[in-house]
Amino acid sequence: MKESLQTVVQKLQEKFGDNILNIAEFRDEVTVRVKKPVWFDTLQFLNDDPDCNFKLLVDETAADYPLREDRFDIIVHLMSIEIKHRLRVKTSTSERIPTLYPIWKTANWLEREVYDLFGVIFEGHPDLRRILMADDWEGFPLRKDYPVEGYDDF
Amino acid sequence: MQDVKDYTIPGGDNFAQGEKRMRLNMGPQHPSTHGVLQVIVDLEGELVVRCDPVPGYLHRGTEKLAENKYYTQIIPLTDRLDYLSPFNNNLAYVMAVEKLLGLEVPPRAQWLRLILSELQRIASHLIWYGTHVMDIGGITPFLYALRDRETILDIFEMCCGARLTVSYCRIGGLMADVPAGFVEKVDDFVKLFQKSIKDYHKLVTKNPIFVGRTVGVGVIAPDDAVSLGLTGPSLRGSGVNLDLRKAEPYLYYDQLDFEVPLGTKGDSYDRYLVRMEEMAQSTRLIEQALAKLPEKGPVKADDPKVMLPPKELAMSRAEEMQRHFYQVIHGFPTPVGEAYASIEGSKGELGFYIISDGSSRPYRMKIRAPSFVNLQALPMMTEGRMLADVITCIGTIDIVLGEVDR
Repeated sequence: MKESLQTVVQKLQEKFGDNILNIAEFRDEVTVRVKKPVWFDTLQFLNDDPDCNFKLLVDETAADYPLREDRFDIIVHLMSIEIKHRLRVKTSTSERIPTLYPIWKTANWLEREVYDLFGVIFEGHPDLRRILMADDWEGFPLRKDYPVEGYDDF
Repeated sequence: MQDVKDYTIPGGDNFAQGEKRMRLNMGPQHPSTHGVLQVIVDLEGELVVRCDPVPGYLHRGTEKLAENKYYTQIIPLTDRLDYLSPFNNNLAYVMAVEKLLGLEVPPRAQWLRLILSELQRIASHLIWYGTHVMDIGGITPFLYALRDRETILDIFEMCCGARLTVSYCRIGGLMADVPAGFVEKVDDFVKLFQKSIKDYHKLVTKNPIFVGRTVGVGVIAPDDAVSLGLTGPSLRGSGVNLDLRKAEPYLYYDQLDFEVPLGTKGDSYDRYLVRMEEMAQSTRLIEQALAKLPEKGPVKADDPKVMLPPKELAMSRAEEMQRHFYQVIHGFPTPVGEAYASIEGSKGELGFYIISDGSSRPYRMKIRAPSFVNLQALPMMTEGRMLADVITCIGTIDIVLGEVDR
């Protein structure tokens, strides 16, 4: 693990303690899994703190694990332009989660896409509506129970 | 048959009679939107009060399709994302899979990937140059740009047979080695192109109409650019120095000497200059890479579980033939885990995020498309400006709908 990331991990553990469920390292990438109640605060900290300095939200997406109770994993990729390190932060939710728009405006369309394709509702999002699918589409295509060939209307 | 529901257009749709405000639909079919992009613009006279881009007309469900295909079968899907630089999409995808597998690619393949990636960057920027200037009104540069791009497409065609849907990368290397004559052809192109860039500058850079339509148009401050998640020339035009080839070197960029052009004001003219200089820097990179290219060597990794056996062996020995059949029919297993790999594509950071559950198909593949994230900047660039600036701003962000919509 890069030294700068070791500092980040250390600070996260000091500040959030038990709310950090897991810190994994695979192929030089660090993934932090947090509990949902601290989701917004963790990411605010990662943006504000000068040793973390994650000013660029690279990507926000989701993955569907339908057999779990909290079926969606929300996954955020962060990058610091000055310190040049990256981090991945994950949490899980069954339906709703606070928006990251107040921290990074990038989250606007990225969260709209997650809502459109998975059906996760982002609380506090300024403009949560479908973005890729048609406005009157029913269903959430990237869920595992949505067939890849679609339903027979289309 | 489902009923068509009444849905509210955000911002309201009740423009009273005689009110100055008008809602204009730049429909998905429009010569200046660079593809099927719909932009809903609220106007008061010529002034844009609200600008709402509506993507999604080219959404083909690439990420969903990828969950049902073997890793090698996904490569042709990636061609069709940013269809103006297909090799770069292939490259970013196979790099993500190679990272997941921990696979090492032989040097000759990496050098060839670098040369082709830079050629692809030039080709993509040439289309941007031709179409952007054409939208603003200058029709001639488009023909010059396409003429030079023809040579690049010829080079790709001699390598893999296709001009657009190249699918030239494979997980672990390239589809096949480049044919004889490749180095000479690329070298000739680079020498020709270094002269052509001067023509492009002569046609456009000091033209008063072009300058008048781009200076001060679509200004994005550096902090806003980072907050909006811009990457690539759109970010560097605002003066933020982030180029993944320097910041997180992949392939052999750390062994080569090149500069990253930066803008100062963050307007369309600065982004134009940044991209023009990037094309020149790409030629420098290609020259250096051609000199360092190893003369001989394998272009596929040496891992029997992942790579198909060489054709001569597969056609003559039973063991290799069995392995070939098995790997094509069943794919190859991957470790459980996730990987994200990104490259500095021509539009910005192009990344692939793959979650693997151990099987031979990805559990989830997310494409971090730079055009999708960059397009978010359009409302900030255009609100408060004239309608004609919307066209300039769409061109200066340089979007490709295949990537926006996936």
